[in-house]
Amino acid sequence: MFEALQKELTANGLVTAFLVVGIVMWLSVQLSRLLTRGRVHGSAFAVFIGLGLAWIGGVMTGGQKGLADFPLLAGLGLMGGAMLRDFAIVATAFEVQPGEARKAGLIGAVSLLLGTVLPFIIGALVARSAGYTDAISMTTIGAGAVTYIVGPVTGAAIGASSDVIALSIATGVVKAVMVMIGTPLLARFMGLKTPRSAMIFGGLAGTVSGVSAGLAATDRRLVPYGALIATFHTGVGCLLGPSLLYFATRALVGG
Amino acid sequence: MIIYGTALLAFCHLAGLFLGDLLGSALGVKSNVGGVGIAMLLLIVLRLYLHRKGWLPKETEAGVGFWGAMYIPVVVAMAATQNVVAAVKGGPVALLAAFGAFVVCVLVIALLVRSGRDDTSLEHAPHVGEV
Repeated sequence: MFEALQKELTANGLVTAFLVVGIVMWLSVQLSRLLTRGRVHGSAFAVFIGLGLAWIGGVMTGGQKGLADFPLLAGLGLMGGAMLRDFAIVATAFEVQPGEARKAGLIGAVSLLLGTVLPFIIGALVARSAGYTDAISMTTIGAGAVTYIVGPVTGAAIGASSDVIALSIATGVVKAVMVMIGTPLLARFMGLKTPRSAMIFGGLAGTVSGVSAGLAATDRRLVPYGALIATFHTGVGCLLGPSLLYFATRALVGG
Repeated sequence: MIIYGTALLAFCHLAGLFLGDLLGSALGVKSNVGGVGIAMLLLIVLRLYLHRKGWLPKETEAGVGFWGAMYIPVVVAMAATQNVVAAVKGGPVALLAAFGAFVVCVLVIALLVRSGRDDTSLEHAPHVGEV
């Protein structure tokens, strides 16, 4: 009987994922009510539980896809993969008030540029102080501090070694996780209340995954505004990383 | 019919990613440039147009609304499939670089949000589900 159940859960992976996520959401809402009387959003707990489960999955299976490495839960990979994630993000655009978005367009673009250059500088400086003194490694790790996609794309373009590329991916993933956890905690400090603030946040905090999960855990209505800007983050980073930022770094440190 | 809304969403999604790829290769970048953002803009424009024409009945809207409401569960599934172990193992360089970048960005966000006038609001935002 157990085998039959296992067979059905595996064969219907996506449906199993709906059930599992539904249970996690229910649990999170209860935790939010019981522990914080609803002050910390249920979805903040849900994202946090998700990351915790991903860690457990990684430790137990030695894989790279968190819980999805369990064959039984492989459907989570489809549900949380790029296809459905982007589909759902695009759908949130239905809630955007075009007038509000237009008012904050310029500051959104400014923050997008700052959000690329500032993390890059910090990442490159940390890399240098850790002994990665050549321009290629500094650029690659700096690009990883922008997003975990910009890092490897930049590294591959300028010929970085694979351990440096791995390090740049790790940097980007750590940053995304920090944004996911930190945003709801720091929302008041950052003043995340309005569409304009969400767009500034989306430009600076980068990574669609970090921004969207962070905003979702803060105020669901802010998500489309943040995502609208954040989605350009990876593109701008991949554009500037192997070109302007690499040339600037090489000019400063040589070779 | 509800599928009209979902099909509209699918069209915007695919067209946006396609244009993002074209933009990427036009710029000589090995990545999609703003595909999802372009898709969102397309959907915003099409919604305004169809709404004005009166071609957007409640049923059709529900075909998009469902996916918008599924957004947080999808994000939770995404969180559950991240390579958290690698992120933790990345060592002090990854941790420091990420933490530094995060702190600086938080400070700049706090500054930028408080500078200038903010006359945007969520007051007229459509109501979205409880979580």
